[in-house]
Amino acid sequence: MSQVNNIFASNTRWINWFKLSSPSTFYPVAGKLIPIFWALSAIFGVAGLWISFFVAPIDAVQGQGYRIIFVHVPASWMSMFIYLVMAAWAGLGLIFNTRLSAMMAQALAPIGAWMAFLSLWTGAFWGKPMWGTWWVWDARLTSELILLFLYLGFIALQAAIDNPRRADKAGAILALVGAVNVPIIYFSVKWWNTLHQGASVSLTKAPAMAQTMLWGMLLMALCFWMYSIAVSLMRVRTLILERETHSDWVRQLKEVNS
Amino acid sequence: MNAFFVIIHRDLLLVMRRKSEVLTALFFFVVVTSLFPLGIGADAALLRKIAPGVLWVAALLSTLLGLQRMFATDYLDGALEQLILTPQSLVLLVAGKVTAHWLVSGLPLVLLAPIIGIQFDLDASSLYVLMGSLLLGTPVLSLLGSIGAALTLGVRGGSVLMSLLILPLYIPVLIFGAGAVYANSVGLDISGHFSLLGALLLLALAFVPWVSAAALKIAIE
Repeated sequence: MSQVNNIFASNTRWINWFKLSSPSTFYPVAGKLIPIFWALSAIFGVAGLWISFFVAPIDAVQGQGYRIIFVHVPASWMSMFIYLVMAAWAGLGLIFNTRLSAMMAQALAPIGAWMAFLSLWTGAFWGKPMWGTWWVWDARLTSELILLFLYLGFIALQAAIDNPRRADKAGAILALVGAVNVPIIYFSVKWWNTLHQGASVSLTKAPAMAQTMLWGMLLMALCFWMYSIAVSLMRVRTLILERETHSDWVRQLKEVNS
Repeated sequence: MNAFFVIIHRDLLLVMRRKSEVLTALFFFVVVTSLFPLGIGADAALLRKIAPGVLWVAALLSTLLGLQRMFATDYLDGALEQLILTPQSLVLLVAGKVTAHWLVSGLPLVLLAPIIGIQFDLDASSLYVLMGSLLLGTPVLSLLGSIGAALTLGVRGGSVLMSLLILPLYIPVLIFGAGAVYANSVGLDISGHFSLLGALLLLALAFVPWVSAAALKIAIE
């Protein structure tokens, strides 16, 4: 690994990226980045919450209850986006055989699963006063639930395989198969839903959103982004320490020795 | 191509030597579907309505039962390693194993389904649609299942884990398979459902053998 790094270090264009792909160089860099992302998350979060609770007007139809979307929508976005990022990292790890990419994928999975769960949970709280029911078999709700299942499958598979390299590769294949399946599942559930036409509740009939509401939602989305990045970096650092305990540079770390 | 048929022949021969495993999965299908009327009640109209879903879900579960067998015994006795070392393309061998699995656990379901369907008071046209949808859908189940079987080879609690991995991927097949029978019973056009099932089958045929072969190599190395 270090030899490979030296070869690429001579080529200045590639130097940063390939150096960062080594856990020993990435570990301290991630440590420096984490406080920055936490700070950004806090700033966006405070601003977003302030707008969503005090500035955004009361919705004419839905009253105060609509304010849950400021958490619900960013969580849903993140849950879908993180799956794609996770699959991309897993794919990179499979192609280039880089340990760090696989660790990134493994670190992202629990965050994505929590986001999917949060999205379903807040959605249920929103649905009860608005639709009068905790759950409908709507296409979006159902596919979000299936997304949560896919995350849990990925986590369970990685947890069940003892050899970390095999766990990485097996997880990568599963994540990629899942990523191909997500659109298929989404459309099949959608067509299934229109076919049965049971409790038909449209999520899109909401009136056009006020400008301030949109700002609140965007700020909250940025807050969730920064939070996810910060937590995933923290998780990756822990994973690096776990997997590289045998190496010298880990033994020389201040935080490990103390 | 010869290797493909040799693998099918070998797997079928192995199954014939130990019939009980396959018969257990089929018996499971019959028992599970027979439990539903006992739990819900013998109301013919209700049974007719739930029949497609019940039969399809039972088909998914009974396919899962047989999947563990697809690679596990070969993995344990070392035959799988030898297969991977042969100059034959692994993709072809995987395709052969999947075909053999479908022949012993998918095709019998297609043939059994009308008998169960009669118990659920389905009419003749529904039975034909049910058989057709199973004929197109069960190969997809075997194909997708081979990914799960390869990924969980030699893993603790492999069979339970496999169901967690694979069942979410089965959802589109379940929707269109059961949907075709339902649409037929309410007099809607079913060609769309069959086209989509066919599309799923083609997609799975085009990609899954390669994915499973890659997963097998990971499991062996």
